Amino acid sequence: MPEFLQYDFMQNAFLAGTIVAVVAACVGYFVILRHVAFAGHALSHIGFSGAAGAVLIGVDPLLGLLAFTLVAALAMGFLGEQVEERDVAIGIVLAFSLGLGILFLQLYTAYASEAFSILFGTILGISHADVLTSLLIGIAVLAALTIIFRPLLFMSVNPIAAEAGGIPTRILSAVFLLLLALTVSEAVQVVGVLLIFALLIAPAATAMYLTVRVYPALAIAVVLGVLETWFGLIMAYYTNYSVSFFIAAAAVTLYLLGRLLAWRGLVGGRRSHHHYRAEMAAADTPTAVA
Amino acid sequence: MPAVQLEGVTVQLGGRTVLRDLKFDIEPGEFVGCIGPNGAGKSTLLRVLLGLIRPTSGSIRIFGRPPRRGNRRIGYVPQQHAFYRSMPLRGRDMVGLGVDGTRYGPLLPSAGKRERVDRALREVRATAYAEAPIGQLSGGEQQRLLLAQALVSEPELLLLDEPLANLDLRSRREVVDLVCEVCEQRRIAVLFVAHDVNPLLPAMHRVLYLADGQAVIGTPDEVIQSDVLTRLFGFPVHVFHADGFVAVTSADEGGHCHA
Repeated sequence: MPEFLQYDFMQNAFLAGTIVAVVAACVGYFVILRHVAFAGHALSHIGFSGAAGAVLIGVDPLLGLLAFTLVAALAMGFLGEQVEERDVAIGIVLAFSLGLGILFLQLYTAYASEAFSILFGTILGISHADVLTSLLIGIAVLAALTIIFRPLLFMSVNPIAAEAGGIPTRILSAVFLLLLALTVSEAVQVVGVLLIFALLIAPAATAMYLTVRVYPALAIAVVLGVLETWFGLIMAYYTNYSVSFFIAAAAVTLYLLGRLLAWRGLVGGRRSHHHYRAEMAAADTPTAVA
Repeated sequence: MPAVQLEGVTVQLGGRTVLRDLKFDIEPGEFVGCIGPNGAGKSTLLRVLLGLIRPTSGSIRIFGRPPRRGNRRIGYVPQQHAFYRSMPLRGRDMVGLGVDGTRYGPLLPSAGKRERVDRALREVRATAYAEAPIGQLSGGEQQRLLLAQALVSEPELLLLDEPLANLDLRSRREVVDLVCEVCEQRRIAVLFVAHDVNPLLPAMHRVLYLADGQAVIGTPDEVIQSDVLTRLFGFPVHVFHADGFVAVTSADEGGHCHA
């Protein structure tokens, strides 16, 4: 066993980090496809107020996170599908919620260090019970995502046809936001509120540059998320700098690399228009027009 | 049995009468073009047939039954803006959603599904770019893939909502020709909504002209006449024929011109 795995806190960190990375990468795939990155961003910051409130009244911050993000996700679900209006409404809820968060912190100044760990993650302080909670939440999210997978994909790609086809699009869109809230609450423990996109968005976004096939993209996103998390943990163990920093740095580096490869036309994902069109022109066979 | 049967159908939305006392049938194998200015109720008509809106009064039958959401006998191509450029999905996968996209569960590849998707892709001649990211295809190519998605469930009635919007002249002609071919080969009924009547003239058997929620239906020669459209619009409308094309203008508006 490598040296860094001989400690309980490192074992817990690896387990929780891996669970969260897998779930966040899968949910993140749909976050990008559905253009709800801003909702993910807002949920994590709303979760900050929830965690701060929980600390203030002396309960587990995860409970505060879950309570605030789930209620906020339901509210967002009811705001409907109109992206422009929804983003404005989310922004306003977000402002109010962050205001609350600051008030909670002021009311309980002794916990400035708690606030710091909510903002930037506490993965090295995770207990065995926390790992179990992460596992249960993670299994629940992935199971639900598996069940709604096909209709969710359909309504993300062709919303109107999906609705006409009988998919309850409003309900499923709210269900997805609830899954996002659970994922965000879980991921805050690992990377913190401010770095949530490192696990939620970056792996899936990078994967989409490498392939546009659904399952391969999901698989790549999961592998990238897990590797980034492990890299962060190992680097933090040997350098004593923040895990979150290394995870975020790895995520951004791989994302840029993916973009670069796609831009050069070396991988088959969201290639530049230029490369794709050139290929099409070369392979073009005249199609008969009846 | 007619594919579509409407009898005295009136739809009011938010206190406004969007469709007024519509009565028409569409037979299997018939290509009906639905033409009208913006706000005439064209999309509402499709939503009524799809069971997304209930009519205020009147009776609707789709193959003899009341309309309902998720009717597998209907293929539907909604009015859709182009896919965003970076949409990370292959055309083939989007078409596959037409097979089982409304059912719960994960994507499961199967030989049967693949075969159906391949057939639909061949039918709309989109095989060459089915593996490419859809966001990077041209408007005409995207429209063909959307058509394949609607056809892959083997519908008997095809509803198309302005598939020609934002297409260049050549792509318009290709899409109309394709739909016409499919309509004949599969003997399915087609209701093709368009803003401009000209691209549909070579293909359609009858035209349903909508204005202000009211409609006339008949062959293009019967309907696209100055006196018929003047009665429908309620103000003087002039129809000019030239070289197989028609132009519909009104003195009041200074010309809303189809050409």
